[in-house]
Order: sequence, then C-alpha cells, then structure tokens
Amino acid sequence: MSARRVVVVGAGHAGFTVCATLRTMGWDGELTLIDSDETLPYQRPPLSKKVLAGEQTLADNHFRPRIFYDDHGIGLVLGHRVVAIDRAERAVHLDGHPQLGYDHLVLATGARPRPLPVAGADPASVCHLHTADHGIDLCERIAAGNRVVIIGGGFIGLEAASMAARAGKDVVVFEAAQRLMGRAVSAPISRYFHDLHTGAGVDVRLSSTVSSLQRVANRVELRAGQDRLTADVVVVGVGVVPNDDLAAQAGLGNSDGVLVDAQLRTTDPHISAIGDCARFPRPAGKQPAIRLESVQNASDHARHIAAFIAGEPPSPYDVVPWFWTEQHGRKLQMAGLTAGYDRTEIAETEPDKFSVYCYAGTRLLGCESVNSPKDHLRARKQLAAARSAGAQSAPAVTV
Amino acid sequence: MPKVTYVQPDGARETFDIATGKSLMLGAQSHGVDGILGECGGQAMCATCHVYVEAKDLDILPPMSDEEDAMLEDTASERKPTSRLSCQLEAGDELDGIVVYLPDEQSL
Repeated sequence: MSARRVVVVGAGHAGFTVCATLRTMGWDGELTLIDSDETLPYQRPPLSKKVLAGEQTLADNHFRPRIFYDDHGIGLVLGHRVVAIDRAERAVHLDGHPQLGYDHLVLATGARPRPLPVAGADPASVCHLHTADHGIDLCERIAAGNRVVIIGGGFIGLEAASMAARAGKDVVVFEAAQRLMGRAVSAPISRYFHDLHTGAGVDVRLSSTVSSLQRVANRVELRAGQDRLTADVVVVGVGVVPNDDLAAQAGLGNSDGVLVDAQLRTTDPHISAIGDCARFPRPAGKQPAIRLESVQNASDHARHIAAFIAGEPPSPYDVVPWFWTEQHGRKLQMAGLTAGYDRTEIAETEPDKFSVYCYAGTRLLGCESVNSPKDHLRARKQLAAARSAGAQSAPAVTV
Repeated sequence: MPKVTYVQPDGARETFDIATGKSLMLGAQSHGVDGILGECGGQAMCATCHVYVEAKDLDILPPMSDEEDAMLEDTASERKPTSRLSCQLEAGDELDGIVVYLPDEQSL
C-alpha cells in the first residue's frame, strides 16, 4: 500500500496503537491523530479500577507524554470533532479546524455508553463510566456518598460495585437478566462472582429493572418493581453504542458498528475501521460478524491495519479474543467467545483458583479463568492452534 | 526521588527520577521511553512491559506473583532468569539506581 498521508479518527487504544505501531515499523508518512476530547490520549481500563479506587490519577494513564508525539512526528489534533468525510476528495472536515486530506483514513471512533431508557435518567441523576472525566467525577461522588446504586451487572458495573464496596459504601446492583455478566461469561462464572459480591456485602438484585428515577434534593429516588430505594450515587453500565454515525453519513456500510471485511477495510478501500466501532467477520465464516469491546481487540486490530498501511501483504484478521476484569481482588481472564456453549468442564486447582472450559459439542469455544493465568494462556494458545488447523482444512468442519 | 535507568537494545541509556511507588512501566511511559507498551495499564495481563534486570538486583526485587510468572511465559522476546514485568516493579529507595534493559520486541 502506498499511502503517504494517514489520518486516524479517535485516540483511544485502537487509534493510539495504530500511530505508535506505524512509527515503530519505520513508516515515515504524514500521520495525524484526531480526537474530540482535549485531553492528551489516555487508556480507559484503569478508569473503573485504579482510578476509581483513587490509586491512580489521569496523569498516570496517558499513553505517552506530549513529547512522544512530537518526537515521532504524530500530529495531534485534539478538541476538534470530525463532522464529515468527503470520500471523493479524500478529506475529513472538522469543527473549528482546517480540513485534512488522507490517502488512508482509519476510523477508531469507539463507542459511547448506552443511555438508560428510563424516565429521569439525566446527567444530574446518573453517572456513566467511560471517559476520564466520568472516572474522576464518579470517584468524588462515591467518596462523598453513602449508598451507591449500580444499574447493570456487567463488567463496568461490577468493577464499580467492587470499588464502592471496598470503600465501605452500601452498594446495590440491579441486573435485568437472570445472572451477572450473562452476555459475556458462562453460568458457573456468573454464580461465582455473584457469591463474591454478595459475600462482600453487595446487595445483588437479579431479574430486576429500575422503572423510574427522581432527583430529590441531593439524592436520587429509584423504583424497581415494588421496591423503592434512595441513592447518593447512581452508576449506569448497561452497555455501549458504537460511534458509527460518521461512517453512516459518509455512506459506508454499517449495522450496529461500521462494517469491515477480513482486512478491516470498510466498503471504501481507502477507509478502515478498527476497535469498538468495527463489526468484522469471524474467521470461521459461518457465524455472523461481531463487534468486540476490549483492549485486546483494539490493539490487535490496530497492529493489523498498521502492518497493511506500512506495506505488508494484506492478510485476514484472525486473532483469538481475550478479555479481563478484576472484582474484589479476583482476576477473571477470558479466552475465546463462550456464548452458545452447551457444556462446561471445570478445572479447580485450589479454592478461588479455577477455570471453566466451555464447549459446543467437542469444540472448545473458550476458557474463563479465575486467578489462573497459566490456564488462560494455555487456552489462548490452544484456541489459536485450533483456528489455524481449521483454516487449513476449509471448509470448516464442525464436529 | 529514586533514579531508574532504561537501556535500549542498541545500548542507548536514559535515566529518570521516578516517584516512589510508581511502577517502572508507568515511569517509562510518562518519560516517553520507547519499547515499553504496557497495553493492559499495568495489571500483569499482557506481557508488553517486559524488561531484563541485572542479576545482582534479583534479590532486592519484590517476589514474582503467579500471574507475572505466567505472563512472562508469553513475552515476545525470550524469557530469561532476569525477566520481569516492569508494571510489577515499583520505584523506591531500595531500587534507587536500578538499571533495566529493554527487549527487542514487546508485542506478539
């Protein structure tokens, strides 16, 4: 590929990693990284962990200091929003900044918290946890409050619950589904973490939906079924929505995320999309395309597209997804995607150290490990080996 | 403040004051040292902040957790007896003057 001008929209893990990788690879074209946030690019995982615990500041979580961008010839355009992509001219139009021409455009626009579709869920009453400002705001609100209500028993909500419980707060978690983290993990893992939260004093309410919120003085009154509850802080973590509007306006294919091919290119070959905003095909072919929200996915997508821009021969993206979360001092590491499993095997080495292997028939879908990093790494390798074996014997055989 | 020296694979050395309690990974990043990625944010989850320490320093370093030990099996550059994850090493008086060597590669 002969791109000399690359523009990257979005300075999260995906966008930052594209730029850093291109320079590490020795690519010497013109490189610009744009973000509507004025803050020097930073990483998000610590926001719901060490930042929320008050153990790290935002300054600790910048990917690199400003001088790194100067030294590596990465033009930073911060605090300006891209308002349109002119595909014919190959240029992006920005709010309050001259337009920027590109040979290749990388959309790493990420996602935004899904709003809670409940009356009264306005910014004065509820907090999200997605940006640095959210993290700092929430840390202060939790410190000042007593009862913390979390709406949504997924990773973000439960990490926040864990931190609030550790700070000695009275914590209630509402989860609409029948088990915690149900979209992402197997039933045994949901049960284990449910017990862990309950044991730490968190009031976990499953199959429970908040129907209204009302601000009363400095507190928020909630209704969930017959229950009424008053909270000092309400945290909403009910998933995210991909930032795919820009791509849609430009006429690029999208469907709950920007659609990309196996090379991570959109329906315009001069534009790729990576990280949380991209919906990409699964190597097995038969399963529907997916969108993943994780550091690993963002970083691996970024390295893949950087190699392509730097002139390496195009290859299909094929990496085993992995994720992690930390709650009440337990580390959960997940390799592969376990949704749709029909059988689990549990390997326990000692109490609080175990792995759940999830299968569809005889095929290993993934492995979820609690405080067992060796199992996790072994499973990642095993899943990767199974993929490359599958790729050699096309069409894929399902046992 | 404790001093930490980072040595690139080509021998280039840089020494910085790193605040007590801050990890050598964050210290490297905040000074823009190339070659330490720290992709997981310092949680011993990714093995992209791999460094080699000097053998004489092994005894004064904090013991290695099971997690760090497991992740070091997954580094991009060869694991040696002196391999550590720099996110698990905190700057402090005991480590004042420590020298760490960066590997050729961090990401797989």
